[in-house]
Amino acid sequence: MENTIAIQAATTIDRAHGSELLYQMMMIRRFEEKAAELYTKMKIRGFLHLYVGEEAVAVGIMQALTPEDNILSTYREHGHALARGIDAGKIMAEMYGKMEGCSRGRGGSMHLFDVEKRFYGGNAIVAGHLPIAVGMALACKKQKINNITCCFFGDGAVAEGAFHETMNLAALWSVPLLMVCENNLYAMGTAIRYSHAVQELEKKGAAYGIEFAAVNGMDVLQVEKAAREAVEKIHRTGRPFFLVCNTYRFRAHSMFDAELYREKSEVDEWKKKDPIPALQKQLLGLQLTTDDDIKQMEKKVDQEVQKAVDFAEAGTWEPVSALTKFVYSGPNK
Amino acid sequence: MIDENNTIKITYREALKLALRDALQKDEKVFLMGEDVGRYGGAFAVSKGLLQEFGHERIMDVPLSETGFVGAGIGAALGGMHPIVEVMTVNFSLLAMDQIVNNAATLLHMSGGQLNVPVIIRMSCGTGKQLAAQHSHSWEPLFAHIPGLKVLSVGTHEDARGMLLMALQSADPVIIFEYTAMLNMEGEIPANAGIVNSTNATVRKEGKDISIITYGAGVYKALDAAKELIPLGIDAEVVDLRVLRPLDTETIFTSVRKTHRALLVEEAWGSVNVAAEVSACIMENIFYELDAPVQRLCGAEVPMPYPKHLEDASLPQKEDIVSMVKRMLQHDRV
Ligand SMILES: Cc1ncc(C[n+]2csc(CCOP(=O)(O)OP(=O)(O)O)c2C)c(N)n1
Ligand SMILES: [Mg+2]
Repeated sequence: MENTIAIQAATTIDRAHGSELLYQMMMIRRFEEKAAELYTKMKIRGFLHLYVGEEAVAVGIMQALTPEDNILSTYREHGHALARGIDAGKIMAEMYGKMEGCSRGRGGSMHLFDVEKRFYGGNAIVAGHLPIAVGMALACKKQKINNITCCFFGDGAVAEGAFHETMNLAALWSVPLLMVCENNLYAMGTAIRYSHAVQELEKKGAAYGIEFAAVNGMDVLQVEKAAREAVEKIHRTGRPFFLVCNTYRFRAHSMFDAELYREKSEVDEWKKKDPIPALQKQLLGLQLTTDDDIKQMEKKVDQEVQKAVDFAEAGTWEPVSALTKFVYSGPNK
Repeated sequence: MIDENNTIKITYREALKLALRDALQKDEKVFLMGEDVGRYGGAFAVSKGLLQEFGHERIMDVPLSETGFVGAGIGAALGGMHPIVEVMTVNFSLLAMDQIVNNAATLLHMSGGQLNVPVIIRMSCGTGKQLAAQHSHSWEPLFAHIPGLKVLSVGTHEDARGMLLMALQSADPVIIFEYTAMLNMEGEIPANAGIVNSTNATVRKEGKDISIITYGAGVYKALDAAKELIPLGIDAEVVDLRVLRPLDTETIFTSVRKTHRALLVEEAWGSVNVAAEVSACIMENIFYELDAPVQRLCGAEVPMPYPKHLEDASLPQKEDIVSMVKRMLQHDRV
């Protein structure tokens, strides 16, 4: 494919960019801590899967994408949605089930959609969105639109047939697809060693003739760099790329998980690699931020999260008379 | 704790687990496999502790590969084992549907009777937890449509304790639906409860005025409704279908011959569901016994919305049953 997109400069960290990355990660963290609190208060219901610990992946990857690129994600997608720039209030309202939510309250936490932001869910069937991602990339290719499609999924999804069919189709049809595996070492309670005969998941790219890389998903700068390189390659070659981000979820799989399958000491070890303090330390060391800046940022994040909660609280319930809306397209869609 | 009537109080979850334990203890060829059934303790804690008791050979965690491990269950059954395969929830069963429909349900026939597939496939299912459109499916009718499958629905504690054990006696594939919303519910069962018959429907409450015919999560709802109708002078009979395929029409007909009215209650979407089949059977066979048209209360024709009030509105509730019964008996005109 003809490369008409300027190659993005390699990641250099300056004050503004460093602050932006840090702010986004802190925002996701605080937003989700609040969501957990609201879950115990029964304001949010259903399943709630938190991304705490994995923020560097969503934030790092998004840096390499343009507003025209397509994004698909899983049920653990609050981080992706926020990093994509979907309004925090609309996300919170969605988790409340209010009409002002980004999916009009119909989807809840697992089904965030925002077509304006080209954010196509929020899919809660593991690997269910992978084939769709190929199709979206194919549609771009057929229409000679120079966008890529970026698809997030977990290590567990890599065991599904849909993953392997997707990889083969993407390579066979040569479509501009960035496959991002968030390898947090667990699929619910099943550790990767019990799920995968080959645990270096990136190696699966080779079997399909897809270029691949693995990156430390606890370091937002490394993720950003890897993502920029991958996106550049996709644009240059028109071919898919498989990027594995090695990360860890600090909290339970969902709000119903007693975590019988892992040692607390393992979680504590990973918490030492928390991407947020890590970036703070890095920026402080480079004198690109100060303790005071960070405090200010914390305050700002608190305010923004509170604003989102207030927005959700003030939202409205869809009347029951509208129950069967959105089953078919049409005038009352 | 055994009380003076020789009954015990037990949760639906605990009853399911006791049945699994019995099954594993009784037959070495039985093993349980499914996502997170072992180390995690089961997505809904039904198999919690079984790994410690029976070990990894008998309690197998599997990767997220529904086509693969359900197919492997079918293969293991062909190869002489007696697998109990757990599909975490019915919502993921479509990934295994090809194996279930094109292999489990057809091998006996395609092989001219040479092969049979004694596999049990359990899945939790149902609604009421605000899990939205991809995680709230009532797909019993999809499975009940398939010749070659036996389809069971666990609507009570007694059946939670005993249905699996009966299913293990089947030479052919059995699908068992368990209801997530009922797991924590306590119920009373005989202290010596065990295997139950899994070939017939059962009358859960006798009555003479109307037959409320239902299954699964509808059973306790219908019983509650029936209780509420008593002070109004309405004596409703509640029939639990239990076996969705093959349907036990005799129990249905016997009840309707007595009451002359049938209300069918089902959480699945109304079009082309089990209630539609039951209604057709009544019409074809005992039409002249009816004093009123058969009525149905089913799930609204919409993917499940997330908000509580919309989820509630999309499902038949106890109140809906009560008012429909009153309408059918023209109670409001008396
Ligand atoms: C097809 C399918 N099977 C099972 C589930 C239940 N389930 C939800 S999340 C999950 C684990 C997925 O793990 P992974 O892909 O690693 O993503 P993570 O949750 O770790 O982000 C499971 C088993 C599901 N949603 N879909
Ligand atoms: Mg994972």
